[in-house]
Amino acid sequence: MRPDVDDRVAAEHGLTAEEYRQVTELLGRVPTLTEMGIIGVMWSEHCSYKSSRFHLKKLPTRGDRILVGPGENAGIVDIGGGWAAAFKIESHNHPSYIEPFQGAATGVGGILRDIFTMGARPVAVMDALRFGPTDETAVGANNRRIIRGVVEGIAHYGNCIGVPTVGGECEFDPCFSANPLINVFALGVFRKDSIFLGSAKGVGNPVIYVGAKTGRDGIQGASMASAEFDDDSEAKRPNVQVGDPFLEKLLLEACLEAMQTGAIRGIQDMGAAGLTCSTAEMGGRGGVGIEIELDLVPQREEGMTPWEIMLSESQERMLLVAERGREGEVFEVFSKWGLDAVEIGTVTGDGLLRVRQHGAVVAELGNDFLSEDAPMYERPFTAPRRTAPLGGPELPEASGAELLAGLETLLSTADLGSKRWIWEQYDYQVRTNTTAGPGGDAAVIRIKEAGVSLAMALDGNSRYCSLDPRQGAKLIVAECCRNLATVGAEPIAATNNLNFGNPEKPDIMAQLVEAIEGLGDACRHFGTPITGGNVSLYNETLGEGVNPSPVVGIVGIVEHMDAPAGPCFLAPGNAVVLIGGLLPTAGGQLHMRFGSSQYARAVLGRNWGLPPALDADYESAVQEATRRIVRRDLAHSVHDVGDGGLAVALAECCFGPQPVGAAIDLKTDLQALYALFHEAPSRVLAEVSPQDLPEVISIAADLGADATIIGETAESMLAVKLNGTECFEASLSHLHALWDRAFETRLEVQ
Amino acid sequence: MKFGVVIFPGSNCDHDALYALSHNLGQPTTQIWHESEDLGGVDAIFVPGGFSYGDYLRCGALARFSPVIRSIRRFAGSGGLVIGVCNGFQILCEAGLLEGALIRNQGLRFVCRTVDLVAGTSESAFTSACPVGQPLRIPVAHGEGCYIADEATLDRLEAEDRVAFRYAGANPNGSYRNIAGVLDEGRNVLGMMPHPERACDPAVGSTDGIAVFRSMIAATEALSASHAA
Repeated sequence: MRPDVDDRVAAEHGLTAEEYRQVTELLGRVPTLTEMGIIGVMWSEHCSYKSSRFHLKKLPTRGDRILVGPGENAGIVDIGGGWAAAFKIESHNHPSYIEPFQGAATGVGGILRDIFTMGARPVAVMDALRFGPTDETAVGANNRRIIRGVVEGIAHYGNCIGVPTVGGECEFDPCFSANPLINVFALGVFRKDSIFLGSAKGVGNPVIYVGAKTGRDGIQGASMASAEFDDDSEAKRPNVQVGDPFLEKLLLEACLEAMQTGAIRGIQDMGAAGLTCSTAEMGGRGGVGIEIELDLVPQREEGMTPWEIMLSESQERMLLVAERGREGEVFEVFSKWGLDAVEIGTVTGDGLLRVRQHGAVVAELGNDFLSEDAPMYERPFTAPRRTAPLGGPELPEASGAELLAGLETLLSTADLGSKRWIWEQYDYQVRTNTTAGPGGDAAVIRIKEAGVSLAMALDGNSRYCSLDPRQGAKLIVAECCRNLATVGAEPIAATNNLNFGNPEKPDIMAQLVEAIEGLGDACRHFGTPITGGNVSLYNETLGEGVNPSPVVGIVGIVEHMDAPAGPCFLAPGNAVVLIGGLLPTAGGQLHMRFGSSQYARAVLGRNWGLPPALDADYESAVQEATRRIVRRDLAHSVHDVGDGGLAVALAECCFGPQPVGAAIDLKTDLQALYALFHEAPSRVLAEVSPQDLPEVISIAADLGADATIIGETAESMLAVKLNGTECFEASLSHLHALWDRAFETRLEVQ
Repeated sequence: MKFGVVIFPGSNCDHDALYALSHNLGQPTTQIWHESEDLGGVDAIFVPGGFSYGDYLRCGALARFSPVIRSIRRFAGSGGLVIGVCNGFQILCEAGLLEGALIRNQGLRFVCRTVDLVAGTSESAFTSACPVGQPLRIPVAHGEGCYIADEATLDRLEAEDRVAFRYAGANPNGSYRNIAGVLDEGRNVLGMMPHPERACDPAVGSTDGIAVFRSMIAATEALSASHAA
């Protein structure tokens, strides 16, 4: 072992001087270059969670349905009848900025491997995307390039492998121009007695490498994801991996088939930090050691050094441990699918990761040293920084024309306009299980094997979180659960993706801590333990961080396989019921809380104040009322009131395949602006036949939730009155055209 | 009636076809692996969508060399019913069983949406049960579904009544003359970009795709009745 590592080399591998001192002290020697590479990625933020681990412990992780919680490749929940679902969300933010298409595509590939490595067949993908604005500037042009590339990359990978992308969410803000956030969620289904874990077992068992050959792509990707960007980030393009969904499809089918043989003892995908992470983690989880010979690793290029082989992030590779004597059964399956499968080492009893090349040891490190001994920081944090003043402009009484103009502006924003341009590029129907696809509040897929449906909602709101990360995080969880209620689903478990800036800055660290605590509180309240997820820090370019952007994915269960009611009005002549009510005084401070609304931002041009208040118990009552109404089939359509407030929600209800309008009359003391555009949570619109009204009202009343009849569905107009006085009347075709083309038009500019 | 669904490496609509044919239509259905030359005595072959062999080189270009394609060619030559959907249509064109080709969508993007289709003819084993002149709601999901052929071929297809389906509303991919599906000369091979197998179950949307398979079942039953007689 040539001692050629010093402080400088350690720094190049992302270690601080203090961390490097710890390394030499714990090892009692200077690491080799290969070892330095291994330590660099294992101790990186991406793999070690060194800044967040301390606070992540505050999240609830246990529940009746939780079969596997955080720490494995994905969380697993019991969905009944002997069936289980594995799901997780992951980010691919840094690679997607550098090379949008491949960065996003391999993000999909990575999360799908996390699912099928546990034995589950992936059946749904969703995405949470955050981009910079698509304005006329050079930055806007670059943002359009990123959007096109990312969407095409996700589409390419998901469509090819045949897993439907069933929904998602999307947000725009200038802070995402140099740091787009690309979070991908995936869910798979399997028998609950057939769960595979990523842990090595049985000293002497063979360690087998399967899938693509190892090349020089993606080297040190995990370290890249743990640092800020600067002007030279373009030069990092070779660090981005290249995906091959066809190979992954073969790998998926082969792995699921090989698992059936019973000869596999443990399996893990090679994701971030490739061979390094998979060998160290499998050994660590199994309480054993792993020894490998790099000469046996299938290689795409000649002359690769041990450092390169260990750090490569070539895609579509898996590591598995088979039972000695039965490896032939495994090889046979992979050979049927035309895939490389090679024994590259063995499980040992010494707890060490030992790497050889040409027989000589090039790295020998303890698994505990790589994971348990990795630094964990209680980084200092301040109170979260105020990103906008608490007070905002005076809001004079708006005229009907001004209110309509406001609605038109909102419907035309990238944030609120239809995202059809995105989701039509995704095959959201393949596998013929999608009973509620993109464009609604929650996606629903039927699970034919189990006779139930799973609903999924993905939400984030960096606008709220930048004003108050704790409150924002709670509102996100509430919205996810409310979205699930609109399709009649009972939320059961959550996954989260924490996208933040540089945690070494105390005010950024404060955002992270506040958001985690808010998430924890809300998930405890709504009974949705967090089964795992991903932390993506250092989302900064040239010192500018992104808004605090926690993204939450929640899975819910519906005890049948029929399609739920949709979000759009079905026919004229039905009552429009606002479950939860107008909430005129929710939390008080109406003006201050209005400052976080889309109206404040898009129409008034600025945000101020605080996010809406949340009464968690009332929210639960509204959700339960909604769920019961939906489950008793009392609503023709159900839609959550979210961004943009009641006016935008009403307009969205009118935009079904057969447009149906509404005549609304709000009885309230509020001034019209607030009544139409404030964003109080705990509200759902339901379209109800007149004869079913008494039952709907009584369900809500039993639960202590308000249910106000605010009007009725009508032909081709959206007419809104306040206390009997007309505010505005707009033709649906006009409003629909604005909304439908809002996003597409922005992207058509070259 | 017994259907056989072909599976290539990279097929991904095979499960959907198996489910629709066996569950929604109640027909015995088997899987046929691409390396097999034995079609297992089926009455009709379904070549499903997906990305066979990763669609490397060109969509369907590699699948045409599969052993199963040799058998399908013989099967079709003797009058057997073959339906290729999406990637299956691309494969049948590449294999020379159908005329024309499918190129990148005019909009240059993958498109997944439910479209209106009208049957171009009722004189076929695939369209006899389709309502005349009335649109069928059937999903498309493809990046390379723009049907092209030279003018003479298009004229001949029309003259010989071999346009099985046309897009009735907006054309999602720029296909020439709005062509969504074509028949071979023997009228027993159909290729179409829209997915009838995705439109067989009320839980996931339209059930208009059933008409295509009902037509096939009726044709097969008529044939076996005439053999019996």
